[in-house]
Amino acid sequence: MKATQFGPKLRPLGILIGLLLLWQALVWVTGAPAYILPAPGQVGVVLLERWNSLAFHAGVTLVEILLGFLIGSLVGVFSALMIAIFQPLRSWLLPLLVMSQAIPVFALAPVLVLWLGYGMASKIAMASLIIFFPVTTSFHDGLQRTETGWLDLAQTCGASKWATFRHVRIPAALPALASGLRVAAAVAPIGAIIGEWVGSSAGLGHLMLNANARMQIDVMFAALTVLAALALLLYFLTDRFCRWLLPWSPEAGGNS
Amino acid sequence: MSYKGQPLFQDFNLELPAGLTSCLLGPSGVGKSSLLRVIAGLERGASGVVSRENRSPLTGKLAYMAQQDLLLPWLQLMDNVVLPDRLAGREVDMKRARRLLQLVGLDGHEAKLPSALSGGMRQRAALARTLYQDREVILMDEPFSSVDSITRLELQELTAELLRDRTVLLVTHDPFEALRIGHRLIVLAGQPVHIAEQVDLVQAPPRDIGSPEITSLHKQLIDSLRGVRQNLPAASLTS
Repeated sequence: MKATQFGPKLRPLGILIGLLLLWQALVWVTGAPAYILPAPGQVGVVLLERWNSLAFHAGVTLVEILLGFLIGSLVGVFSALMIAIFQPLRSWLLPLLVMSQAIPVFALAPVLVLWLGYGMASKIAMASLIIFFPVTTSFHDGLQRTETGWLDLAQTCGASKWATFRHVRIPAALPALASGLRVAAAVAPIGAIIGEWVGSSAGLGHLMLNANARMQIDVMFAALTVLAALALLLYFLTDRFCRWLLPWSPEAGGNS
Repeated sequence: MSYKGQPLFQDFNLELPAGLTSCLLGPSGVGKSSLLRVIAGLERGASGVVSRENRSPLTGKLAYMAQQDLLLPWLQLMDNVVLPDRLAGREVDMKRARRLLQLVGLDGHEAKLPSALSGGMRQRAALARTLYQDREVILMDEPFSSVDSITRLELQELTAELLRDRTVLLVTHDPFEALRIGHRLIVLAGQPVHIAEQVDLVQAPPRDIGSPEITSLHKQLIDSLRGVRQNLPAASLTS
């Protein structure tokens, strides 16, 4: 069918327009005042007028997100490898891991700000903390679920434990790691924003709190829009990167 | 090794003629694949000795080819063929890998990923990888059961040709396949596993589909397999 041929490319645009229309319709139908729900056009005007300030704060948040993503992912990959390589370590590390997730990251934010200050460090730590768990668990899962036939083959070839890791188990776990990274990309902004809410002097979260206090609801929505765009972009780029890196994986959807 | 508390193998002894292909037949669940895995050293909890006639051990002299091609999907064909050397930490021999891929009829596909190939081609690549290992004994576990019948016939011919003069133990559920490429056919019966029938064939494989030796033995072999399945004394088999 013709519709499906260019459908996928236009679909995101269609969704965006649909959401904007819904938003506008909601404003019209409810008659909500601008300090409760500003119209999309009004937010658009703020986006243009305050572009400089928004870009500056977005830059701060983006750096926090990216560094948190990088550090959290690296720590996650490292701990998954450690747990998989040193099996005895597993019974010690896994409960610790689960415990670290049982404490809501929200509750940790004030402590992190207290320890690491109002600057970027506490937000990066926050984002890393949120990210590291999904990355660790998905990569570790992937490492544990190597197809047994491949392990049999490695064994009959006389492969050492290390060679099996390097040539079979790690590459075989990369698609699982990729899905962990996708989740990480989706939740990374949460960490940064929570950190900024608890205490900061810059960033989109900071901007939103300030705007809220001054009843500049349209500014709040503008910041929210920029944040959503950043989060979407990060997810999209991560997804693209993983597909490009693992053309053979089933998620990449390609046969060749 | 046991199944439901019953030992699967007890005082079981299997002799393979050197340089020839032996085929293991028997009803499913009798333990053909398990036996192969024990010989390959893949089953823990099984004790047994695999040795040459002069009692020198064969550990590390065996290659194993399974029902699935076991090609690593992220490696190009060439890299899949030389994988055994990479795994064992040895120098890889790209020239030999290329020649083997040619031998199995896959020249021109060296740089492709396994997903770009048909099932038959993938199984041929697996055969090239097995040959690359260059082992004395080759264990094959229903290697052609997942391809269509014409491809299977081609693969059987290719295998018989390329594995000539090697000691091969092939597990199959297809009596016809055994008759085409086996020198010795061994029918297993269960509880505990024992050899119900053993037949040595004269004509050199791969045998033609219509060859008289095959047609005359085919029915008898099937009768024997039926008998084994019903736990009846197997019909006697002559060659």
